[in-house]
Amino acid sequence: MQEIQDQLIEDFGFLEDWEDKYAYLIDLAKSLEPLTAEQRLPENVIKGCQSTVWLHAKMEGDRIRYHADSDAFISKGIIALLVRVFDGQKPEDILHGDFYVVDRIGLATHLSPNRANGLGHMLKQMRTYALAFQSKTQNA
Amino acid sequence: MKIATHIDWKAIRADFPILEEQVNGKPLVYFDNAATSQKPKQVIDALVAYYSRYNSNVHRGVHSLSQQATAAFEATRRKVQQLLNAREEAEIIYTSGTTAAINLVASSWGSLHVQAGDEILITGLEHHANIVPWQMLCERTGAKLVVAPILDNGEVSLDAFAQLLSPRTKMAAFSWISNALGTVNPVHEMIALAQAVGAFTLVDAAQAAPHSTIDVQDLDCDFLCFSAHKMLGPTGIGILYGKREVLEPLPPYQGGGDMIKEVTFEKTTYNELPLRLEAGTPNIADVIAFGTAIDYLQEIGLEQIEARENELLAYATAQINEIPGIRLIGTAPDKRSVLSFMLGSAHPYDVGVLLDQMGIAIRTGHHCAQPVMDRYQIPGSCRASFAFYNTFEEIDRFITALHKVQKMLS
Repeated sequence: MQEIQDQLIEDFGFLEDWEDKYAYLIDLAKSLEPLTAEQRLPENVIKGCQSTVWLHAKMEGDRIRYHADSDAFISKGIIALLVRVFDGQKPEDILHGDFYVVDRIGLATHLSPNRANGLGHMLKQMRTYALAFQSKTQNA
Repeated sequence: MKIATHIDWKAIRADFPILEEQVNGKPLVYFDNAATSQKPKQVIDALVAYYSRYNSNVHRGVHSLSQQATAAFEATRRKVQQLLNAREEAEIIYTSGTTAAINLVASSWGSLHVQAGDEILITGLEHHANIVPWQMLCERTGAKLVVAPILDNGEVSLDAFAQLLSPRTKMAAFSWISNALGTVNPVHEMIALAQAVGAFTLVDAAQAAPHSTIDVQDLDCDFLCFSAHKMLGPTGIGILYGKREVLEPLPPYQGGGDMIKEVTFEKTTYNELPLRLEAGTPNIADVIAFGTAIDYLQEIGLEQIEARENELLAYATAQINEIPGIRLIGTAPDKRSVLSFMLGSAHPYDVGVLLDQMGIAIRTGHHCAQPVMDRYQIPGSCRASFAFYNTFEEIDRFITALHKVQKMLS
């Protein structure tokens, strides 16, 4: 997880102004595979975002696979960042790992968790899935 | 259309300190005036003067400061009365804003006049503040909320409005100007139609008061309300106008100090209007500064302001229509200040975030009018709303920025 975040920070580090950074975020959004219609379920919608963000999660072995989508590019770019970091990780790592990428890519003032972008809600939802899968495994 | 020429708008702009601010390293372009207006230094100074020199509670102190505060507090009431051409000061009730004013009416007036089977008529253009209090009243009483639909161009269907009125209609409550689309409703006709079936009328003038002259005697509505913060005043203060004969029988909305004549544990007798409907220590500083805001608006002249804003809106509308793929939401022939649009298939949120990077503040989302967005089957819109202190150069910057946003999102 740390490696992925450091790589993202390096990638963003090459970009000088807000335009390039946002263009990169939009590219990240475009690289995210769209959810199928049946995955775009109301129960997968993350509340608290001005745009609609869907997040779907499932277990593969001991790892969580996240799939996400949004009807807005920037929200989709933000959740793509999160998916990049958390997808394929173990629940306990997602729950206890340090998440610092957003603070260090030069968009922190725009992507702080308390803004209307819904970053805080996205992060919370990913960790809620991790918690749910963890307790399921422990109870199994 | 009256042409606003002889006014030095540049000098007026200099009265607003915030317009000198930089946002994200760019000079601020503030096009979110329908949400709240900026404040001239005169209004800010009035707040500072009150707290620095004569802060004290109103209506009960015999000491000099209290008398000074009371005089200034009541002077605003007189200014509002004159602004609206109300018959008397007692018809002007201070509230915390338009929302509180409508809630007061729905609660107090509603408890007196509305029963199961009655109807409340609103329109499809309303802000949530003019929907939810009536829904709550209907839930309490078993009355029915009836909604007059809007046409494709964002006008209320006057025919439908007329047809939906009946002797069952106890209240017709509608906005003068739509916050989401800028449509100006034909309120004179709507009030007359409602009166013809014996319904009470409430005009939500939150978007009208900053842009238009208002004459409540000419309108002849029973209630009219608006917020100070959308017309250069502070937040947290609004006005409910009501005809005396309609206000007089209303039960108090809240109990407490200032609204009573005599209190014993057995029985309380209530004060006269307007204090009977203003329980507790009021928002003194903001009321006083609102008086300064009214002076400021009147010094320029609301007719001049309206003419200037119409010019800005006409210019922006012409410019934005040049952008390929633009879709205006709301194209009524009579509009004020508000330009609601979709930029091609771009999500409004993306447009708002990218414009903000260029120092341009617009509103995106449903503008607290979700039914309007549903009507157009959009998740929300982009809304630029202009005030007289905005400039044509700012509109040019906005248009250039939209081109850039379009390129980035393509």
